[in-house]
Amino acid sequence: MHQKSLSELAAGLRAGEFTSEALTRHFLDRIERFDGELNSVVTVTADAALEAAREADRRIAAGDAGPLTGIPFLHKDIFCTDGVRTSCGSRMLDNFEAPYDATVTEKLRQAGAVMLGKTNMDEFAMGSSNETSFYGPVKNPWDTGRVPGGSSGGSAAAVAARLAPLATGTDTGGSIRQPAALCGITGIKPTYGRVSRYGMIAFASSLDQGGPFATSAADAALLLEAMSGFDPRDSTSIDRPVEDYSAALEQDLDGLVIGLPKEFFDDGLDARVRAVIDAAIEEYRRLGATVKEISLPNSGLSVPVYYVVAPAECSSNLSRMDGVRFGHRCEDPKDLDDLYTRSRGEGFGAEVKRRIMIGTYALSAGYYDAYYLKAQQIRRLIRDDFVKAFEEVDVIMGPTSPTTAFRLGEKSDDPVTMYLSDIYTIAVNLAGLPGMSIPAGLVDGLPVGLQLIGDYFAEGRLLNIAHQYQKVTDWHTRCPAGYE
Amino acid sequence: MEWEVVIGLEIHAQLATRSKIFSGASTAYGAEPNTQACAVDLGLPGVLPVLNEKVVELAARFGLATHSTVARRSVFARKNYFYPDLPKGYQISQFELPIVHDGYIDIDLDDDTTRRIGITRAHLEEDAGKSLHEDFHGATGIDLNRAGTPLLEIVSEPDMRSAKEAVAYMKKIHALVRYLEICDGNMQEGSFRCDANVSVRPKGQEEFGTRTEIKNINSFRFVERAINYEVERQIDVLEAGGEIVQETRLYDADRDETRSMRSKEEANDYRYFPDPDLLPVILDDDFIEAVRKTLPELPDAKRERFMTQYSLSHRDAVILTGSREMASYFELVVEASGGEGRLAANWVTGELSGLLNREGIEIDESPVSAEHLGGLLKRIADNTISGKIAKQVFEAMCRGEGDADTVIEQKGLKQITDSGAIEKLVREVLDNNPKQVEQYRGGQEKLLGFFVGQVMKATQGKANPGEVNKILKRLLSGD
Repeated sequence: MHQKSLSELAAGLRAGEFTSEALTRHFLDRIERFDGELNSVVTVTADAALEAAREADRRIAAGDAGPLTGIPFLHKDIFCTDGVRTSCGSRMLDNFEAPYDATVTEKLRQAGAVMLGKTNMDEFAMGSSNETSFYGPVKNPWDTGRVPGGSSGGSAAAVAARLAPLATGTDTGGSIRQPAALCGITGIKPTYGRVSRYGMIAFASSLDQGGPFATSAADAALLLEAMSGFDPRDSTSIDRPVEDYSAALEQDLDGLVIGLPKEFFDDGLDARVRAVIDAAIEEYRRLGATVKEISLPNSGLSVPVYYVVAPAECSSNLSRMDGVRFGHRCEDPKDLDDLYTRSRGEGFGAEVKRRIMIGTYALSAGYYDAYYLKAQQIRRLIRDDFVKAFEEVDVIMGPTSPTTAFRLGEKSDDPVTMYLSDIYTIAVNLAGLPGMSIPAGLVDGLPVGLQLIGDYFAEGRLLNIAHQYQKVTDWHTRCPAGYE
Repeated sequence: MEWEVVIGLEIHAQLATRSKIFSGASTAYGAEPNTQACAVDLGLPGVLPVLNEKVVELAARFGLATHSTVARRSVFARKNYFYPDLPKGYQISQFELPIVHDGYIDIDLDDDTTRRIGITRAHLEEDAGKSLHEDFHGATGIDLNRAGTPLLEIVSEPDMRSAKEAVAYMKKIHALVRYLEICDGNMQEGSFRCDANVSVRPKGQEEFGTRTEIKNINSFRFVERAINYEVERQIDVLEAGGEIVQETRLYDADRDETRSMRSKEEANDYRYFPDPDLLPVILDDDFIEAVRKTLPELPDAKRERFMTQYSLSHRDAVILTGSREMASYFELVVEASGGEGRLAANWVTGELSGLLNREGIEIDESPVSAEHLGGLLKRIADNTISGKIAKQVFEAMCRGEGDADTVIEQKGLKQITDSGAIEKLVREVLDNNPKQVEQYRGGQEKLLGFFVGQVMKATQGKANPGEVNKILKRLLSGD
């Protein structure tokens, strides 16, 4: 059952071949069986899931079912869920139960999707390897000695191991695309403003965007459609109708113009990863696409710009974690300063503290112009590079990550090396564009992701381009050994 | 040495909206602690602010009424600092690009001159909650009902030169925000409060002295006292050869003094940056023109109109336009009196204001309605009663004994205007006082007042004084 596509699952449910309850039990059993080692799920909500499944079965029987009704999914533990702990991978929120649902949570509930639990993640989504979680690292099902990527590592690993057909993620600098690449699955970060951020715990507000994980583009399209839409509770949400992403999947790729930014194929790219990307581009040529070399001259500044903007925003966003109203509070505070310093000192991990300090510094009087303001100016140049590129090409392609999954602990002591693993994904967030990663091959038995970057609101086109590739290749159907 | 005082005010006016600036929670005053704080006000993880559009309109009204620029683009920024009653660890305010900037108002001084005070800017922001240090032994209670209440912070130029000017400015802004119906002006509930920046410099010196900021003053009287105290303190320090420390001070009304709260060295670095959760506020000309059309007649225009339409003095017109309620009360009195503008001005600024002051009440709580007062003035104007009797009637109306006509009727206070009746009375008075009559005729004309008094006494003041005078003079001249 766990190898079926969403449309097959939905058809099976409607035809009465199996119930949502049975489907839900099946995936709960897989989590029980495999997650002891993977550590991809931090909270399993079995009882609520079975209850939701039975409700979905009633809806299906009543003929009131949508494409996700009765379909199990895992929810990144950054989305607030009424009555279920939302930890954001942090000791700080280890005891936090939101009294409300995030907009995405609410939408998926209304769609009848069945939440199996909440997935592990880098603490407050700050990390590229899922090693900063308070709940311990997530293992990559392709090689449990390796990281799944981050920050949505739990969601990616779980879908790769077929512990759920779908999972949600968030992407601030590559946190959907990079783990999707490293785990050999499909993930899409939509245009900034497409998916509501309400109830999605903020890391860097101007960059954060939710999106789906699935094994295929066709499945991701269904989840993205359910997650998307204008939300009056999020001022940065965009009031624009959501496309029927599934309907656009079958468009052929004749005449498609692919841009290959030369900056994405530099010395930092592993040669064998490059070979996989080149082969994928060849596949697209066969599908009728033409290829053009382009330049994104300012993209080289993405990492430094990102590591000013994102920490600056997070230093402010995380101020509310102060031990006063919710979350971790230290024992017996002596006075107010003690309450703040110990609660935050104990509640936050090292990477979060590092970024809060960088951001606080960047925003300080006397440094603001040199760092934050400058970074915002360069951000605009990075965006302009893309706008110019999309005058000539329909889609930009390149590697998602410069390497395949690295070993646990390999980069965790060297933040700069770790930060550079997001070098190809970060510019997309800075520009607010949609970006996607699809599996395109294996190197030494480890997945390689092809990144697709689209123009604003071109999610439908990206999914279509990915789907056409997946129709003629089978990388997305590969399942790590032991999880078949 | 002669010193010059330099004062600038930052006024916080709570905008009169039903819900908060970034959430749907109610702004009503006086609810049980934390019953009007929703997830957004509590700053729970994941929540986002959404701007209450009403505040933009209210701020624009203020901008248009103060000759200011209403910014076509303004930006919300985060002011970052930790405090338990600041739920998010930052206050959403406006920093580099406020919604209103570069305007002025003219204030009216006691010597009937006016003075122009520049308005540097007025920006939108959210209020914090309240820390309750009493009733919680060894702990602090936090009430977040007020968190997220919309404020307009109005920052003046350092254009005021005395505490009196500062009070006049604050009163003018207070009147203005109430005219504009953008703030209820309730100072007890904290809807209107100010911080005063005060410095002194030797007269003639161009450069400003070091200033101190007195925080959170919530009455006109305290503003004057706090500034005067602070000015004296600064002069004392300087004259003793000391230096003023730039710092924040608190005014203690009980002791009538200011005390240091924190110095600049301990001051927070607020790390302002544009709030990425909110879009810039973009206003177009159509919006601004639509707001302009909703503006009521403003105090200065109303004052000019009162002066021409009712032939009032500048001073009376200033007093009568001091608040929207006062002005509308006055105009109702004029209407009810049949157009007696100056008489109405005299009574409203005289008897009525005296009464309100004595009772410590506002004009909208006046025991005498505008219609009743106008009715009384009508009877003065048509000579039914004299001004003196009118005061008796007024007092009766204060006690709730009905309108003027009822009181006059019941008490028989109607003026005697029948010249025959008055002449009869005058003759009686003259007959009874032959000695004085002789003295008068001998040249002591000031005795006329004595005769008038006698006639009035005989009629309990009801005789028409003009008529009495006329008849007295005729009879005394030897007819």
